[in-house]
Amino acid sequence: MVSPQTSPIEADARATGQRLINQWLASLGTARERGQPVAYVFVMGNAIEILQSFGFALVFPEINSLQTGVRKAAPDFLAKAEDFGFSPDVCSYVKADVGLMLSNMQHPSGVRMPPPDLAIASNLCNVYIKWAEIWERHFGTPAFVLDIPGKRHAEWRSAPDSATRIADTRWVEGQFRDLIAQCEAITGQRFDPDRLAEIEVNVNEMLRLWIEILAFNRSRPSPYNAMLDGLTYMGVLNAYRGTREGVEFMRLLYAEVADKVARGEGRVSNERFRLIFSGTPCYVNLRRMIELFESHGGVFAAADYLTYAAGGLDSAGLFYDPSRPVESLAEVSTLAAQMGLSNHFFSHHTLAQQVKDYAADGLVYHGIKSCRTVATSMADNREYLTSRYGLPTLYIESDLIDPRYWSDAQIKNRVDAFFEVLEQRTLLAKRG
Amino acid sequence: MLTTVESSMISVLERCFELAYADMPEEGQEEDQLGVIGYFPVYFPEEIVHAAGLRPHALLGGGSTTEVRLADARIGSFVCSICHSTTELGLNGTLRPMMGFFAQPICDAAKHMVGIWGRNFPQQPSQLLALPQNANSAAAVRYVYDEYQRLCSVVAEWTGREITDEAVRASIHIYNENRRLQRELTSMKRDEPARVSTAEAYLLIRAGARLRKEQHTALLREALDTLRERPVRPRDKPRVVFLGGFCEQPPLGMIEVIEDTCFIVADDLLLGQRWITEDVPEEGDPIWALAESYIERSASSPVQYDARKPKEGMLMHMLQEARAEAVILAAAKFCEPGLDDQLALSRHLDAQKIPCLVLEFEEKMTSFEQMAMQVETFAESLLFR
Repeated sequence: MVSPQTSPIEADARATGQRLINQWLASLGTARERGQPVAYVFVMGNAIEILQSFGFALVFPEINSLQTGVRKAAPDFLAKAEDFGFSPDVCSYVKADVGLMLSNMQHPSGVRMPPPDLAIASNLCNVYIKWAEIWERHFGTPAFVLDIPGKRHAEWRSAPDSATRIADTRWVEGQFRDLIAQCEAITGQRFDPDRLAEIEVNVNEMLRLWIEILAFNRSRPSPYNAMLDGLTYMGVLNAYRGTREGVEFMRLLYAEVADKVARGEGRVSNERFRLIFSGTPCYVNLRRMIELFESHGGVFAAADYLTYAAGGLDSAGLFYDPSRPVESLAEVSTLAAQMGLSNHFFSHHTLAQQVKDYAADGLVYHGIKSCRTVATSMADNREYLTSRYGLPTLYIESDLIDPRYWSDAQIKNRVDAFFEVLEQRTLLAKRG
Repeated sequence: MLTTVESSMISVLERCFELAYADMPEEGQEEDQLGVIGYFPVYFPEEIVHAAGLRPHALLGGGSTTEVRLADARIGSFVCSICHSTTELGLNGTLRPMMGFFAQPICDAAKHMVGIWGRNFPQQPSQLLALPQNANSAAAVRYVYDEYQRLCSVVAEWTGREITDEAVRASIHIYNENRRLQRELTSMKRDEPARVSTAEAYLLIRAGARLRKEQHTALLREALDTLRERPVRPRDKPRVVFLGGFCEQPPLGMIEVIEDTCFIVADDLLLGQRWITEDVPEEGDPIWALAESYIERSASSPVQYDARKPKEGMLMHMLQEARAEAVILAAAKFCEPGLDDQLALSRHLDAQKIPCLVLEFEEKMTSFEQMAMQVETFAESLLFR
């Protein structure tokens, strides 16, 4: 473990992270010129390590879509998709991507996104599969559907030597071997297990640091906002997973965050309330949403998004064993799916634990109109936690990137009212 | 004056209607003495529950008769009606007699049903039966086999009854017979749509979701015998394929409105009851036979990825086999997989110059005037092509 320093470190991990993401996006635009094969992957369930071992350039269509929101270009892309015939009720990420396809792959970042040679769609969000079917038809690209069995119910725990864990892991490993064969056919290269092992060593290091970075936010004050700074950190974790640059970034980030903790520097100068965020960001109004909370001294100390949108590896409690690269990839992926990536449906226990671990004063749910994966039973989850634990909770609703669903006045009113409740509770607690 | 044949048919259909739309038969009813395990759409290997001596209960939504009051506060407004109404049936106590609840990962909303069930009905065990979305790996049958073995253990734990291979084999035999009769009914409807309407066939099949299979087989046999006797008045209506009924069910009124002007000669209504398309082998390991049948002897749907069954190809095959000239593409409101497929298929049909009508529905609809006009206009356009 790197020892925290007592003087401020000059490097700014967030700015570095943004630079790295822009660099990576730019590199995708020249992948074809470099003769690099291209794979489309999603943040949940993706076999990145295998693809990296074959030298694929990795395009994350979810990141492409969220960037259309961040860069305020989403309405045009969404309109193109809806004019094409997509229902308003379909996921806005999918529609933004369709808009990109209909715009000759010209992305608002300035990059012309390359078409895929291969698309990996996991079952961890069923929309991924429907999305990959769109690519099959638009690009003629084969879809590889990766099925990773998730939790079967909220109390699900499968012991390592249980029949189910063995069966689930065997299934995932079988599919990884199918994927390896497909990658060999596409690239003309033989699979190199040593290369996979090297990548896994890098992922292990990134993951070790990421787990510590997530835990640093248990400090009071929290050194970063999980739903602002955390998103940049996570973006690098995804795009650079398994790379030396990724390891270096995570070390830089770790040192910066550790230093802030040592000096007692918080994200919010006057941290009054610590909150847990459940759901996805509203990328089109990211800063505005955070400002609504930070203006009351509220900081998001933790967010389930930083687990499920980062591969879920921090939830698995396992690191890769590079001496058995394919087998351990299957073991870790299966556990990550069960403990982190399929948790949307059963997140009440995890959220309750996070409230304790981060000494949170309240929980904020952000329901997304076009994301049934995240938001279908959020209201029920909220009802459960509120009635069981008496926890102050807030439910706000908008969308990932569709600005039509952001109602500023309504959201602000709800946020302000939530903080009034938190203030009242603080006053009553002081009076004993 | 009604003939004996017609009276007999009406009597069967009335019984079917009662069964088909009963959310849960009354407690103490003979069929359910042994216990009921409920499952959310689409497909569930009922034979395994049947072999445990229980009745598998297909949850098909609350339709237009369930007033949703409690569930709307638990589930997002942008989620399909069947999730709302099924949750409502849980919250209002209708589904209390179930011994347990399963859902399958057909879509993200369905996966949430298990979370909702676990939080609200902890006394009624609930689980996901993790059927795979990858049907194309050589390892898939083995995985389904393992998951079905797990199902056997879970049902045995819930009921205190071991499920033997012999019992499963016997159940497969019973279900095979039932499926053959369903296929016979479907073929009759396709070849002689004036002899049996889709609404009638629908009631006959849906009643099976509320009966032990043996009883349903007896009912189907009686219905088929009666139908063969039925005099047929030839009618000239366009032959259409109807897609969109694989999960949330369109109201019977909607089917009837379509049939006023069209013959629905092929459809995906109640697909879960018809998922297995051939006999499941009755020799060898019965759990393996069921697992293999899930992958190799099955239909296709928007919620099961299978690279061997591209949706356009499957639809064209359906059209050809049914000698249909047009397609009605329906989708349940807020059903993301249904809406995605609706668009892809309508574009394909346009490119092939095959007429199609795109409709949206909800199980709770009670008024069909506008839909009737759309369908009538569509049917007329087909007649005058």
